[in-house]
Amino acid sequence: MDIFIDIILLTFLSIAALAIARIRKLFCAIMLFGIFSLVSACLFVTMDAVDVAFTEAAVGTGISTILMLATMALTSTEEKRPPYQPLIALLVVVVTGSVLVYGTMDLPDYGDPMAPIHQHVAPRYIQQSPDEVGPPNMVTSVLASYRGFDTLGETAVIFTAGISIYALLGLRRREDADYHQEDDHV
Amino acid sequence: MNLIGHYNYLVSIFLMMVGFFVVICRGNLIKKLIGLNIFSTSVFILYITMGKVAGGSAPIVMEGPGPHIYSNPLPHVLILTAIVVGVATTAVGLALTVRIKERYGTIEEDEIRQKDESL
Amino acid sequence: MSDHLILRIIAKMFIPFILLFALYVQFHGDYGPGGGFQAGVIFASALILYTLIFGLKTAMRVVSPTALRILAASGVLIYGGTGVVCMVRGGNFLNYSMLADTPLAGQHLGIFLIELGVGTTVFAVMVMLFYAFSGRKGPEV
Repeated sequence: MDIFIDIILLTFLSIAALAIARIRKLFCAIMLFGIFSLVSACLFVTMDAVDVAFTEAAVGTGISTILMLATMALTSTEEKRPPYQPLIALLVVVVTGSVLVYGTMDLPDYGDPMAPIHQHVAPRYIQQSPDEVGPPNMVTSVLASYRGFDTLGETAVIFTAGISIYALLGLRRREDADYHQEDDHV
Repeated sequence: MNLIGHYNYLVSIFLMMVGFFVVICRGNLIKKLIGLNIFSTSVFILYITMGKVAGGSAPIVMEGPGPHIYSNPLPHVLILTAIVVGVATTAVGLALTVRIKERYGTIEEDEIRQKDESL
Repeated sequence: MSDHLILRIIAKMFIPFILLFALYVQFHGDYGPGGGFQAGVIFASALILYTLIFGLKTAMRVVSPTALRILAASGVLIYGGTGVVCMVRGGNFLNYSMLADTPLAGQHLGIFLIELGVGTTVFAVMVMLFYAFSGRKGPEV
């Protein structure tokens, strides 16, 4: 039963991705990208990654989609027809894809409990996190305590992105901000 | 090669290749950024697939007797960081697109290159 | 968009619940899925909804750009500051066991503080992004 849901969701994702590659109207492409993010969040839930699904739904479907819509309102709404045939690009993509498929032939099956990824550090985190750190949510304890440096770097990256966009676009002062009808541009 | 066991990996490689194709073959800058996001999301699916344990549950400690099986929390943490860094990168890319449009008047890659070469 | 009556009323009803849910996700990150990142984004989405319905000028009166700049920096400062306090009290950088009497209580306090810092920075940066994009003058039609 789990396998069925998995297969159906992955098929939806592939159809959405192919449609994004072909559609020229940017509004449709951005909406399909929102659907792509949301279906991948559902897929993460079936793979037991609830924290990741939460973050992908909030950040990928919410913030990414609305920023792309804002950019589309400030630039153009349709893509130009590609002037040349994409034969060389298709060849490169097919060759890369087949090399990657050859590389994944040795990977363990989906859900295998004896896979090498579960053997080194993860059993220690799972067994000792309630005694050493405390919170029941093991993802929070690994994120905040065992791997706290990575989270510090990530926060710094978000802050840097905020500063860069402030430098590129600038914030209007409160007195100059008009009554800006954003959705009417769409 | 077990097809059902490897179906997740194959679809994630297919999505990676679709994203790659959109990045290298479409000229519109917003389309390229959407393709880049599709590429990143397919890499996340690959990692999370590797972290699942059959018969396991979400990595939140459950009360009660008996040995509980949990899925591996380590890939979840890495992908959480990757998602947020991905959206930060996308936001900076979109801001650059807005500035390019104001400066060049277009967001198609070949027209931008023509304007650059004619300077 | 504030002359659309239905949108205005529904937004006014929803925004307090969205803010409450964001606080819930922030502080229950230890017991269920959640934590700083998700809570910051949900907080920001409440303010973005307010901006979409009532306009940029009104939203800037609620949360001004100066406040956003201060909040974004102070989130990272809280995170780094927690690490430095741990160093001052005798442990390594970001070793939360030194913050309280027992190691477990110290870990609890440390995780609470850094999630607070992360949530603040994410909220401020997401709202700053939205203000920057929607404050830009569009193409002349």
